[in-house]
Amino acid sequence: MKLYCLSGHPTLPCNVLKFKSTTIMLDCGLDTTSVLNFLPLPLVHSPRLSKLPGWVSKDGTVNLEKELKECAGRVFVDSQPEFCLPERELLDLSTIDVILISNYHCMMALPYITEHTGFTGTVYATEPTLQIGRLLMEELVNFMERVPKAQSATCWKNKEIQRMLPGPLKDAVDVWTWKRCYSMQEVNSALSKVQLVGYSQKVELFGAVQISPLSSGYSLGSSNWIIQSHHEKVSYVSGSSLLTTHPQPMDQSSLKNSDVLILTGLTQMPTANPDGMLGEFCSNLAMTIRAGGNVLVPCYSSGVIYDLLECLYQFIESASLGTTPFYFISPVANSSLEFSQIFAEWLCHNKQTKVYLPEPPFPHAELIQTNKLKHYPSIHGDFSSEFRQPCVVFTGHPSLRFGDVVHFMELWGKSSLNTIIFTEPDFSYLDALAPYQPLAMKCVYCPIDTRLNFHQVSKLLKEVQPVHVVCPEQYTQPPLTQSHRSDLMLELQPPPMPYRRCSVLNLPFRRRYERVYILPELANSLVPSEIKPGISVATVSAVLHSKDNKHTLQSTNVFLPCLVLAPKPLLSGAVPLEAFLATLQKHGITEVKVEETADGHILHLQAEDTLIQLEEDGTHIVCDNNEPLRTTLRDLVLRFLQKL
Amino acid sequence: MPEIKVTPLGAGQDVGRSCILVSIGGKNIMLDCGMHMGYNDDRRFPDFSYITQNGRLTDFLDCVIISHFHLDHCGALPYMSEMVGYDGPIYMTHPTKAICPILLEDFRKITVDKKGETNFFTSQMIKDCMKKVIPLNLHQTVQVDDELEIKAYYAGHVLGAAMVHIKVGSESVVYTGDYNMTPDRHLGAAWIDKCRPDILISESTYATTIRDSKRCRERDFLKKVHETIERGGKVLIPVFALGRAQELCILLETFWERMNLKAPIYFSTGLTEKANHYYKLFITWTNQKIRKTFVQRNMFEFKHIKAFDRSYADNPGPMVVFATPGMLHAGQSLQIFKKWAGNEKNMVIMPGYCVQGTIGHKILNGQRKLEMEGRATLDVKLQVEYMSFSAHADAKGIMQLIRMAEPRNMVLVHGEAVKMEFLKGKIEQEFSIDCYMPANGETITVTTNPSVPVDISLNLLKREMALGGPLPDPKKPRTMHGTLIMKENSLKLVSSEQALKELGLNEHQLRFTCRVQLQDPHSDPDTLHRIYTHLKSVLKGYTIQHLPDGTVMVESIVIKVSSSAEDTNTKVLLLSWSYQDEDLGSFLSTLLKKGLPSGLC
Repeated sequence: MKLYCLSGHPTLPCNVLKFKSTTIMLDCGLDTTSVLNFLPLPLVHSPRLSKLPGWVSKDGTVNLEKELKECAGRVFVDSQPEFCLPERELLDLSTIDVILISNYHCMMALPYITEHTGFTGTVYATEPTLQIGRLLMEELVNFMERVPKAQSATCWKNKEIQRMLPGPLKDAVDVWTWKRCYSMQEVNSALSKVQLVGYSQKVELFGAVQISPLSSGYSLGSSNWIIQSHHEKVSYVSGSSLLTTHPQPMDQSSLKNSDVLILTGLTQMPTANPDGMLGEFCSNLAMTIRAGGNVLVPCYSSGVIYDLLECLYQFIESASLGTTPFYFISPVANSSLEFSQIFAEWLCHNKQTKVYLPEPPFPHAELIQTNKLKHYPSIHGDFSSEFRQPCVVFTGHPSLRFGDVVHFMELWGKSSLNTIIFTEPDFSYLDALAPYQPLAMKCVYCPIDTRLNFHQVSKLLKEVQPVHVVCPEQYTQPPLTQSHRSDLMLELQPPPMPYRRCSVLNLPFRRRYERVYILPELANSLVPSEIKPGISVATVSAVLHSKDNKHTLQSTNVFLPCLVLAPKPLLSGAVPLEAFLATLQKHGITEVKVEETADGHILHLQAEDTLIQLEEDGTHIVCDNNEPLRTTLRDLVLRFLQKL
Repeated sequence: MPEIKVTPLGAGQDVGRSCILVSIGGKNIMLDCGMHMGYNDDRRFPDFSYITQNGRLTDFLDCVIISHFHLDHCGALPYMSEMVGYDGPIYMTHPTKAICPILLEDFRKITVDKKGETNFFTSQMIKDCMKKVIPLNLHQTVQVDDELEIKAYYAGHVLGAAMVHIKVGSESVVYTGDYNMTPDRHLGAAWIDKCRPDILISESTYATTIRDSKRCRERDFLKKVHETIERGGKVLIPVFALGRAQELCILLETFWERMNLKAPIYFSTGLTEKANHYYKLFITWTNQKIRKTFVQRNMFEFKHIKAFDRSYADNPGPMVVFATPGMLHAGQSLQIFKKWAGNEKNMVIMPGYCVQGTIGHKILNGQRKLEMEGRATLDVKLQVEYMSFSAHADAKGIMQLIRMAEPRNMVLVHGEAVKMEFLKGKIEQEFSIDCYMPANGETITVTTNPSVPVDISLNLLKREMALGGPLPDPKKPRTMHGTLIMKENSLKLVSSEQALKELGLNEHQLRFTCRVQLQDPHSDPDTLHRIYTHLKSVLKGYTIQHLPDGTVMVESIVIKVSSSAEDTNTKVLLLSWSYQDEDLGSFLSTLLKKGLPSGLC
């Protein structure tokens, strides 16, 4: 069993597991941090951005002023933003049989894998993962296509040139493989390959392996996966949470007894407490509004935003924000809010109970009904005429490189009354803000990451006791910036097997048994005999059928023409002298001379001129060519032995 | 031989109070727990004394599964769990769990508050009963205990209706509940995979009907409603609050929109709004089209359909009223019916099946004078139309499901005996499987023949597969020999050598050495060579070696030659073999005894 690691990002994994005869891709994460190297895509012409100076190397030998711009000491690529894809050279992607998706954040690279690589397999995901994943992809495509950029910068990627660029561009890896965003057509084609599954549903793959998604508690429809055969079990844990937010709680007990547990998607903010962050979020928001400023919340259009809105729903009245308008701007804002209300099966118990009443499970329905929360597909159209300040705006993309958020950065960045509150943990806020410097607006960083922290995960692993743990190498050492915090890493016995991008791991796995089915007719014909108390054996000679990785044993009678004689069984036990002599006597063999030897006895049957050598672990019959006599003696000896 | 038993306590050769007991692999499961609309006495609930005469329900049953929220499938649940007493798990889908308590409360109100019956379950009992419910998701495999697993499939019929696959070891039963094999305006079609259950228990409401196309029925329905409205008449459509009602609402809503009609459409009882809410929140259970467009336009937000007030019934002019319940046996639909029955301009459209004993059933059978409470009679002058909109599979649909699931046996329930008889014949003829139709209290027994799962050592399996050549032909069967070790609950199949090792046993070698006398006037080495040549020509396909140490080996059987001391022409052959080569050794000794043919060189 092998594991191919195609992504080095611990929370946006992409691994391929070869197990028995199947090739299974685990998640399809897209590393979007690469976009931080690019200039933002403004929705309306930005004089500031267009006036940024081009970059020329200090000695003047390299002139890339068309492709690279300088802003506050950092260099950015002036081109359509590009993403860092999972590794595509490590193995032939067309051989992948299935792709298992654990949550909607971990499927963003799907079109790159399923299209143009010869992929012919099936993608498995839950319904909320598919629907919300589709919305997030649609949003991404929309953000990119709305502001087409004629320029596609490539010169800077030249190895010789990249070497001379300032950091972090200089250190960016595999820049040649970076790709622009896919099209909606590719998204639709990729998603048409998705087969929906429910939690704890068992899906057979080619009769060899069974896969089953388990609730992971992180987001709507998020799952961990069990990949198992009758005798081996691999657990894939990705993006799980033990906090009580909106999704169904995590199913931990089904992870027990794993031979291998692949652990990804731990919290990116191990030191930030989500509840504390939520409190800070609310107080900063209220403070800014009271002072007459606006609040900008860059966020994804599904996920934590539901919790933020729910928190605000309870907070608005007490903080007397009842008249402050809340805006949610995204091409998929409406769909995201609507979809969140129809997945009762995938919600926590409290929310399910509300649906039984029947009431919408999320209170944002009421915020919309009472006009406190308004949603718009973009800043163009109705929003521009209805928009009032001071207000709170939720909008994407959290990288601040594209989407409506770019407009608000340009609009509000110059005033210190306004505040930007970062809640998504995927991007470093300093890097995100870099192309907007110098900036007057206040910045608050309250990353909310509900995924498992190191404390929770070690407790979990103690509970479920996997034989081996595989994880990204980042989890096997403390974070670079906090090298003294040995509590921010995994410490296990035996130590976890670390992987990095492009690793190929041989998983320590010994398959020893396989399931075979004995058909009733054969089962009835077997004659078991007890060898030791509670243990019986039966010799089996049968016809083996192997079809679709299922093996059955059938009685040989059905196949008389091609019958091969069953070989004689192995024998075990010993022949006791006295009892054997008595038996011989019963069969009319009376003239027996017994001679003791070092290892046993030699019996001389004088009338028959036959020798029988009896020893602890063997019997030797030496006789004339008298077949009836020989077979009689044989059967008498066999009476005392066990057959296997 | 293992057996599966099926006993209907209700819905055996009947429609109403569905309740079927299944015993499979030592587990007892109750499928549905319904009430009968046609009775007001003890017969309204299944006869649980069938079980309780031998002990408590909780001790007997491993679980109860409810297929959907119709009262003939769940109406006896609080009675069973709270009054008879059952504390084990009850499974149903999320929509059923949401809607079922509302219908039960409705049923309780009509029975207790309106009819004044006592000794009936209370609101609190309904609540306590629902606390025992564990929600099921579609396709989720739920492990009731270590051995019993259940899995729900989409059944159409009404929101949240499910078929259920029950499995213990390799034995299994599928219970369909009520289902629909054709998608309608708001629900999808039932679907199940080729799970090959030992028994398929299917409803058979429309066992003999093959319904004309859906479109024709819809056109007919709209035409009749339209005609009545045009001539100023009133249309009463008795429905159950959830299910057909929504489908017909969607139908009328779009028709009103298209034809720009002005006559009011009303929906009775406070349930309407609520009911539509359920459809909105459980939109994932509706059909593909509604699910796809729900963000843009939610099909369950009606513009033309308003809430009904009982005073509207006396308003002049045309109107359409949807009123509950659907069989005209009580409540608002019956009140309105009484008001409108005397006018031949009016019309009542029965869109679903009516149970025997209800007014709906009577008027559909052409009865024109009805005896009401207090000896009053009611003349029925309005037009009575029946239109099968209830979403049950028809004969064609039932056959289609059998083709999908490929059961080994068939049990029909939830239908009338005569119709079942007809369908049973058809099934047995077309699929050559046994089909049963037990009456209430009657048990049918099906013996199963499960294969035995065993763990085979990979070494043994690979060795056997390799014997078939480097690339074994998967279609070609191969013989396999091994030892089955039975220890506690584990069954392991290993090679004999491994079995010895695992059980800590010593091998006992049994050898035979046989002296064969032979007349052969040649030197010893020549005789040996002649034997070699002889065996080579006789035994094809065996490994025969002439070794330099003066022996011939056939496979692992050793042959040596020595001359007799007295007569050099008399040779003594020594054949030595182990018990494992017994067949070949015995054959060789007999063969060589016959002597060597003279023509050998």
